[in-house]
Amino acid sequence: MSDLPPYPPLDPTTYDLIIVGTGVPSSILAAAASSSGTSVLHLDPNPFYGSHFASLSLPDLTSFLRSNSLSPPPPPPSDNPDFLSVDLATRSLYSSVEIATFDSSILDERHSRKLNVDLCGPRVLFCADESINLMLRSGSNNYVEFKSVDASFVGDSSGELRSVPDSRGAIFKDRSLALAEKNQLMKFFKLVQAHLAAAAASSTESDEGAVKITEEDMETPFVEFLAKMLLPPKIKWIILYGIAMVDYDQDNVEACGDLLKTREGIARLALYITSIGRFSNAVGALIYPIYGQGELPQAFCRRAAVKGCIYVLRMPITALLLDKETGGYKGVRLATGQEIFSQKLILDPCITLGSESMSSLTDQQKETLRVLVPKSISSEAKIARGICIIRGSVKAGISNALVVYPPKSLFPEQLVAIRVLQLGSGLAVCPADMHVLYFSTVCDNDDQGKAALLSAMSTLIRPQVPENSESESVVENDNVEAKPVVLWRALYVQELVKGEFGGSISSASSPDGNLNYNELVESAVKLYEHVMGSEELFKEETSPDNATEEENDGGVEIEAM
Amino acid sequence: MHGRPRKAYKPEEEAASAAKAVKLRSLQNQFMSNHHAKIYTKEAIDLSTKLLEINPEAYTAWNYRKLAVEDTLSREESNQDLVKSVLDEELKVVESALRQNFKSYGAWHHRKWVLSKGHSSVGNELRLLDKFQTLDSRNFHAWNYRRFVVELTNRSKEDELKYTEDMISKDFSNYSAWHNRSVLLSSLLAKAEGFMPNEKIPDEYKLVHDAIFTDEDDQSGWFYHLWLLDQTVNVETPLLTSSWPSHGSCINLSGGAGCLNDSSSSKLTTFCSESGSFPLILYFDQAVSGVSSSTVTVDSELRGNEDLVWEPVSNKNSRVSSVWVARLKYMSSEPCFPKEYTVKVRIGNSPGIVSSRGCNFSTPYEFVFTAHVHDTVREDSQEVVVSWTDGFDIWDAQSKDLNFLVNLDQQMGLKWRQEAIEEEIELFRALSDSKIGKLTLARLLMAKAMISENGVKGVHYEEILELYNDLMVLDSSHYHYYKDEHSVALLHKVTSSTESLSRHLFRYRDMNNSVCLRLNNLSLSRIASVKKLLFVQMLDLSHNELHSTEGLEAMQLLSCLNLSHNRIRSFSALDSLRHLKQLRVLDVSHNNIGEHSVDTTRYLCSSPLSNSEWTEDEVGRQMTSLVTKYWDAYFVLRDLNLKQLDIAGNMIAGDEFYTLVPQKVANLEDEDSCFPCPKSFRASTSSTTLNLKPFSDTDCGKTWIKSSN
Repeated sequence: MSDLPPYPPLDPTTYDLIIVGTGVPSSILAAAASSSGTSVLHLDPNPFYGSHFASLSLPDLTSFLRSNSLSPPPPPPSDNPDFLSVDLATRSLYSSVEIATFDSSILDERHSRKLNVDLCGPRVLFCADESINLMLRSGSNNYVEFKSVDASFVGDSSGELRSVPDSRGAIFKDRSLALAEKNQLMKFFKLVQAHLAAAAASSTESDEGAVKITEEDMETPFVEFLAKMLLPPKIKWIILYGIAMVDYDQDNVEACGDLLKTREGIARLALYITSIGRFSNAVGALIYPIYGQGELPQAFCRRAAVKGCIYVLRMPITALLLDKETGGYKGVRLATGQEIFSQKLILDPCITLGSESMSSLTDQQKETLRVLVPKSISSEAKIARGICIIRGSVKAGISNALVVYPPKSLFPEQLVAIRVLQLGSGLAVCPADMHVLYFSTVCDNDDQGKAALLSAMSTLIRPQVPENSESESVVENDNVEAKPVVLWRALYVQELVKGEFGGSISSASSPDGNLNYNELVESAVKLYEHVMGSEELFKEETSPDNATEEENDGGVEIEAM
Repeated sequence: MHGRPRKAYKPEEEAASAAKAVKLRSLQNQFMSNHHAKIYTKEAIDLSTKLLEINPEAYTAWNYRKLAVEDTLSREESNQDLVKSVLDEELKVVESALRQNFKSYGAWHHRKWVLSKGHSSVGNELRLLDKFQTLDSRNFHAWNYRRFVVELTNRSKEDELKYTEDMISKDFSNYSAWHNRSVLLSSLLAKAEGFMPNEKIPDEYKLVHDAIFTDEDDQSGWFYHLWLLDQTVNVETPLLTSSWPSHGSCINLSGGAGCLNDSSSSKLTTFCSESGSFPLILYFDQAVSGVSSSTVTVDSELRGNEDLVWEPVSNKNSRVSSVWVARLKYMSSEPCFPKEYTVKVRIGNSPGIVSSRGCNFSTPYEFVFTAHVHDTVREDSQEVVVSWTDGFDIWDAQSKDLNFLVNLDQQMGLKWRQEAIEEEIELFRALSDSKIGKLTLARLLMAKAMISENGVKGVHYEEILELYNDLMVLDSSHYHYYKDEHSVALLHKVTSSTESLSRHLFRYRDMNNSVCLRLNNLSLSRIASVKKLLFVQMLDLSHNELHSTEGLEAMQLLSCLNLSHNRIRSFSALDSLRHLKQLRVLDVSHNNIGEHSVDTTRYLCSSPLSNSEWTEDEVGRQMTSLVTKYWDAYFVLRDLNLKQLDIAGNMIAGDEFYTLVPQKVANLEDEDSCFPCPKSFRASTSSTTLNLKPFSDTDCGKTWIKSSN
């Protein structure tokens, strides 16, 4: 950071809250806190908004994934006698980063300017997502536009992609389901809808009699409930992996990392069902922000800035300042050496204590810093992510699409679902003839995760063949010929870090393994309640805007095709 | 546009609406004064524009504008530019009116009117429609107008078909899109250019299956399916379904009412007529016109039949009917010896027989039968009083002659239709939990029965009857519909094979071994399958639930009819019997005739008082008040040749009515000396049941099969 022009000193130097890192949860917290009148300083060591949620050009993405693996230069020594200074370090969330360029023209200025690649992909929003509600409540929806994800598929090792019949219209149009299956699937949707309607009615009129799914059923595993509803395996698959977006193989109880309860399964279907048709412009349940997911944290940050939050990018913090007497938190030291004070601090998940600092701390100080103390890592799952820039599309005529490979669909040992998201130039994330593909799968270790992603990649994409081995590609069938060609590829494994409340110092979550932001938003809301007392998020915005929202379907900009 | 709850008005909205009303009223008054004074100045027209912008439903204003346009056109016809601009202005006004109220009949009609003037370009219309149809895809005004515009622009029907497909795939509950699809397909299939029903209709079934199976609670698909089924079962071109005499049959003809003592004739249909002619009946699958001696040739040695007169047998006063009858003379003035004649009937050799939808009878058909003419035995026949209790012989089920009575239908292109129906039946068994599923399955099974060749096994009448029984219980609000369909299915079952039919067939000894069909005690509410029963001479329908005799008019050989213990409410319900020239004996005892003082069917008939016919008739003049009171009975009985009538057990039966009846019946009897005025019409004053016929005191409720044992 030494090559950057020196910053003028910040003024004021005292805040209610300092947030470091501009990821989605942090940005929501910044916007919510400043909306409620809290003075907030929002810092990010990076030259861009979004931290681990950013959308970047290929070179920036590459350097972010790699540079994060390195430790920052040692901070300047502390000379303030009033405080105990604890040095901080940056820990990388990424491992096994592997980047390959198959066609160097992709890195040309002409192309790279048009590429906006997500760090936390594949990720989409459901129209009925809590994150959408938050955007509407906070007013940050004014800064983002969305487009629909046109299609949703379930794939297998044969390379065939079958569209997910996720709505009444989609079931009608589906060509792969038999008539009886259409009937069963729609009947199940109707059951869920009737259940939701009954639940909604009983919550207002306390009419318990109308609930369609019993409490006992709600506690059983979802997969058992689906079997009880006499749904054939094919439809069970579609519901579990294509609609409820379940990760783990629900039929394999021993290996299943997370057996979904009926209650949660119904809630996920409810989210999907209510998403369809929420916005009249949206084609299906899923939408994606134009210019990439990085637009979301930016939108919340802009909202926060409007409400008085102060933003400084390219500003790492090097040390925490603790009260010498009590060991309590006082402030932070910026990379410029300036010391800034606040009541509370929320840190990016990659910030950790410097290696030397740990030993000399008292118990009290350790208590203050408890969210930064590395815990003994249990068998925590990680997430393997992959990005491919391709020429062509995985499905002719379709640009933006989600593909799910349920467990065992690609290879017998596949324990978890693999999700793939293809995005096209219509979303302003890549040049016109290309698509960006995002892959992800939950994994126990790096090798397992990357092997799974490579298997999905090879099913969807043709590897770059050198010019001289032309004959080989002729031998392969036409099916392969029609597959898109990969131009650039990245593979990396990301640690999953949960946000944590730690009194004055808390930490925000890293991107999770889900397709949407719901769990992240939920954890941000919880953190906000802890940090700010039990204040409601975006309370003041709620009342005046609500009436108009109801009228015009919430006012989320969704561009029609 | 659909399913939005109506909100109650707030006080300020009510005030606004009141203010609007005041403004509207003054505007309306000014406009009306302009209209009455025929002022067509620019200011006056602008005023009407303003009025229509507020209230597009002001029909008078639209008509005023039409007059104003006509006025300009008459003066400035040569000025093309002006004409165009005037008409374009009209289109603009309509468009803004439609924005105000998309469902304004007046506005849509006005737009059609402007376009039909032919001066404006129609290219924009489809674009405008697309915009409106995106806003409300089901709006029938828009779809209606779309058909009009498509007709004007010569846009191909195939393109429009594709459009309906797109609209359906956007929302398959779009009933209007399905409807338009059926309209387009009807016309494409009728043209038959590259649109063969055997290829197209199975595809349509696939499309509608997706809709029905995805959401069986949605009506649109079911309606379309019903339409498709109709297309599958019914053939556009009219076909001859049956005739009497049938092909290859043999009939005995004799003069007068004389009885033939020839026992060998018992196996044949014996027909006696005092007029010396017998009916030749043609039964088509749909109403046709143009049956005449030029379209139907009858070759025989029977003399005096050179110019046969074909009459439609229809209650409606039209020349269109599915049943046509001609009377062939078989007794000339010359002495006639017993002889066998061959009669050959050819239909459709020359064009002219046309269905009501304009399709030609295109497949010539020919049938031959033999007629034995017997010497007239003119003896004083004793008065035959028909009792419905005995005198019946069981039909010999082994006899082959029944095959001649029930003849084969003339059918076309059956294979794909049968296959299609068969597939449908298999599919819809899966949906037979719901009411509409059951009904559709019943309809499909019935369709299968209708298009199966005679004698084809595997038609499950029992299943159909069971389905309708279930439906009557499940859906009581449509009970009568299911009951009728149940009756139709039951009658199809009875007539489906010679075995089942022969169980109901008898010979009546006292009347030349007349062929008698006994369908009593079957709880029938409707008559059907008449095309297979043309040979029947005596028909027992007692102890059923019939409301009307509709359908019986085709049974031209019928001479005795028992309708006792049914639910007939008026003589109007017997109207179809007027066509039965042979009918002599009618039993309508124990019905509900006269029970309901207000007879709703009266309003469907022309007023009897406007009919000058009856005042000229003697009885009419003599008993004007009675005829006015019992006009429905009068009109039916006047046209019938009855010798026996039993009316007991009806509200109408009473001394007053009896004074009318013998008059009417006796009147006609005078023409035929063979039958003196029967005792049976004398009212028995002592009887409290007011039974006209003392002989019918036996229990009619006994089943006939029993009594004949």
